[in-house]
Formats: sequence, structure tokens, C-alpha cells
Amino acid sequence: MSMPFGYVSPEQEMRDKADFARKGIARGRSVVVLQYENGILFVAPNASRALHKISEIYDRIGFAAVGKYNEFEALRLGGIRYADINGYTYDRSDVTARGLANLYAQSLGMVFTESRKPYEVELVVAEVGDAPEDDQIYRLTFDGSVADEHGFVVMGGVADTVAGRLKDRFRQGMPLAEALDVALGALTEPGGERPPVSQLEVAVLDRTREHRKFQRLTGARLERLIATGAAGAKPSAEPTVSPDTGDALNGGPGESPATAPEGDIDTGSGD
Amino acid sequence: MAAQRGWMNNLFLDTGSTSFTEFVGSYAPGLLPGRFESAAGSVAHQIPHATTIVAATFADGVVMAGDRRATSGNYISQKDMEKVFRTDDYSCMGIAGAASTGIEMARLYLVELEHYEKREGRMLSVEGKANRLGTMIRANLPMAMQGMVVVPLFAAYDEDAGTGRIFSYDVGGGPYEQTNYASIGSGSLFARGALKKLYREGASLEDTVLACVESLYDAADDDSATGGPDVTRKIWPLVAVITEDGYRRLSDEEVEAYVRQVLDRRMTEPDGPTAPLR
Repeated sequence: MSMPFGYVSPEQEMRDKADFARKGIARGRSVVVLQYENGILFVAPNASRALHKISEIYDRIGFAAVGKYNEFEALRLGGIRYADINGYTYDRSDVTARGLANLYAQSLGMVFTESRKPYEVELVVAEVGDAPEDDQIYRLTFDGSVADEHGFVVMGGVADTVAGRLKDRFRQGMPLAEALDVALGALTEPGGERPPVSQLEVAVLDRTREHRKFQRLTGARLERLIATGAAGAKPSAEPTVSPDTGDALNGGPGESPATAPEGDIDTGSGD
Repeated sequence: MAAQRGWMNNLFLDTGSTSFTEFVGSYAPGLLPGRFESAAGSVAHQIPHATTIVAATFADGVVMAGDRRATSGNYISQKDMEKVFRTDDYSCMGIAGAASTGIEMARLYLVELEHYEKREGRMLSVEGKANRLGTMIRANLPMAMQGMVVVPLFAAYDEDAGTGRIFSYDVGGGPYEQTNYASIGSGSLFARGALKKLYREGASLEDTVLACVESLYDAADDDSATGGPDVTRKIWPLVAVITEDGYRRLSDEEVEAYVRQVLDRRMTEPDGPTAPLR
């Protein structure tokens, strides 16, 4: 049986697309999303103050992305529309991160299989609950796979390295200043210099806030928080870190989510 | 991309304008308030109407207060209705007229402001917010001709100027910026008369809230569609304050303290405080 000239097998095509997308994502800097005492913290080194990597989607839902700006911006705007139209049609409490993550997965999956160029993006959709146990963090990759994360997520450039550093210091229920310090520590190479405040994009989903939980931390407040965190980090020899926190984070970055056809297959069965 | 066309009405491909209302109009027009333009006749007397709202600026911002009654003709359809709505962190609107359309409009307007803010990463200017509400009222004009009149009162804290600002509307839209104080609804004439005598420029929050509560009492005194304070059920006017720190609705306990003050005085002086003649 002869193959037509220029034939590319589906396997090969998917692999090429996945490699292409992964390379695009790896060019950017990492973004960290982690749980803290009162909610969820987003930290992204970002030299631009106009082009956000972190955004509010709805009352309790935040969004973070790495990769190609125009692509994740289109996804962000679509997400805001989805959330606003659902909240307006039904009730504000009926807008969930799960629904939004599913929609993103659909869209990303469709683009990955049907268009010539896959989206070079990776997203986190996070929803803050009434208690830390109710927090939800979903990580979405360029092919539409969804992973339900607990504790923290790192995506972008050197995600595995950053996640490794983060895992060493992360524990549940950290105060905001400490969580920020841990995130910045993870984003910085050992011995390297931390990015200045002007080049950081930081936001929280704070469950103690009224109405809209999303808040950007900027300027003087961010500087104070960083200073508090850095001061608190010195005497951290005190045994506050329980030795088995690492195990509590099921699905930590060690067993990172499916990111491509050759990764674990997302069966949707929840395990 | 053929399979994508039309999927979720191009939710991700057509990024469109910053207006949520425009988006709803193209995506699900049935969800917009007041689009059934062919009601057979006037329905004004059959549907609940919301009544008096007052607003007044003070030293640090603006106060808006509304009574709690909704009426359908001579029938009191609700005793504890809430007619003042937070529209974002620094603004609120009160509604008078057809309650159903008004509530829906307030809900849409809240999303409209928020949608812009989330998309653009900045809040609309106070004028921008006021104009936007004017357009929404104008869109309701055909319904208003059928008796579904909605007239809002809009109050916002202007972060640039550091002052509270008040805008009123008519059925054709607006906005008309008001200085110092304004009122809308069936009892607005009486409330406005009272505020005219009780309002002091640059007064404290306490004095301004008290003046607003007094004016609502006067409106309820002379207008049957405006509800006075319901002492037995503990239903008090709804009072919202917007300052540099954002929107805050006073708690029932706080409002009760003001209402008790008004009631105590009116036990001996039923017409309330008088302004000095000379």
C-alpha cells in the first residue's frame, strides 16, 4: 500500500504539535500559584505592567497564564464573558471554577487537534472556598488536559526546578507574607537576586474579603509584605514545618499533570 | 477552524467590545430587561412599584437611603424591599418605578461595570458610569411608554476629586448631575423639601444620614406609597455610604439608632425639626 506524498501520521502530527507548544511555553518565565492561610496567592515575575498574566475572572475565581500573550488573553476574555453571562443568567454563586476549567479544556483541546498551530499556553483557574479544604486549583495545558491540584502549582519556563524549590518550603496554612516569601524564593535561583517589586505581578484571592475576593497587591503594600516575609524567613528554624506536608499534597509537582499525548492520559475519572 | 465556527457563539474568537450589555444583546438577547415591547396596554397599576430614594453628599463622600415599601396600586406588595444596590466598590444606584425591571436593570448594570473593569484592568470614570446608566434607561423607553417606568438615582465616590457625586435621570435617559442632594420616586417631592431644609454642606456622616432618615420619614408621612420605619417588625430604611474606603451598607443596628432618634423627637414634634426662619 502506497502512502500519498507528504503523509504525516496522526501520532507524528500530535507529537510535533505538543513539542511545538512545549517549546513555546518553556521560553516564558514561571508563574506560581499557591494556597495560603486566607486563600490563594498568585506570583508572576512580569516586567510589563500593562500586560497581565494574572487576572480576576469572577467573585471567587482567579486566572493565571504563561505562554503567548495574545492567546491566553483571548482565553481570559472568553472566561470573563462565560462567568459574567452565567452569573447574570442564574446567580453569582452558580459560577464555578470547575465549569470554567471544563470550558477552557474544551476550547484548548479543540484548538490543539483542529488548528494547524496549537495554543502555546498553560493556565491555572483557581477558586477560593469558604475554608482551605474548599479551595480549588485547576491546571490546564495546551492540549486541553485538566489536572486538579492541591497546595501549589508552578507553570512556565523552568517549572520543574521552581516546583522542586517550592516543595521544600511549602506548608499548608502559611500567612500571606510567608507564602509570598516562599514563592519568591522558589522563583529565584539559589544565590540569585530576587526580582524588584516593579517587576512582580502579585494578586490574591482572599476569602476574608467581601463581594469580590480578587485583589492585586502592588506598590507600598507589596513592599511591606515582602519585607515582613523576608524578616520572618530568618528564624524559620523553628519546627513549624511538619515533616510530612509533602505527602499531604497529593498530585504535587512530582507527579505533574499530563501535558502531552505521551503523558498520562486524562481519563476524567478523577484519579 | 470550520468546526469551531458558532461554537459557544464564538465566545473565544470574537472578543468584541467591553460592554457586557452589548454582549448579552448579541449572545442571548432574551436576557436583557425590557425587550418585550408590545405589551397590549399600560400595566403600570398591576406591577409592584418601588418608591422613594434620597441621596446627599457629605464631607467624605455620599449617602444614599431608600424606604422599604413596594406598592401595586393601593396594595402594599412588599414591606422589606431593598431598592439601593451596590454597583461596584465606589458606586451605588437606587431605583424608583417598576420594581421588576428596576431590579433587573441594577443587576445588569453591576455586571456591566464589573465586566469593563475586569477586561480593561481599570475602573470606568464616574462620568463614564453615569453615561452608561443613561443609555440603559433610554433603551427602556418603549417599555416606559407601556407603564414600566424605571428611574434610577446614581451616586458615586469620585476618587480623583475626592468627593461624592449624584446623578439623576428621567425616562429618556440622562444623566443630570445634582449638587448636594437629590431624590426620586413618588415621595420625592416631600423628601426633597425636607432635605432642602435639613441639608448642610460639608456635614458629618452622622448628620447627613440623620437628615436622609428624617426626609424619608417626611416622605412616608405624606405619600402613601412610601413606607415609614416599621417599629414592630424592625424594618428600617436601607442606608448606604460611599467614601474613599468604598461602599458600605449600614447595619440594621446602626440604622435603628438613627431611626429611634428621629422617632423620639417626633413623639413631641410630629413634624420633625424646623429650620430657623431668621
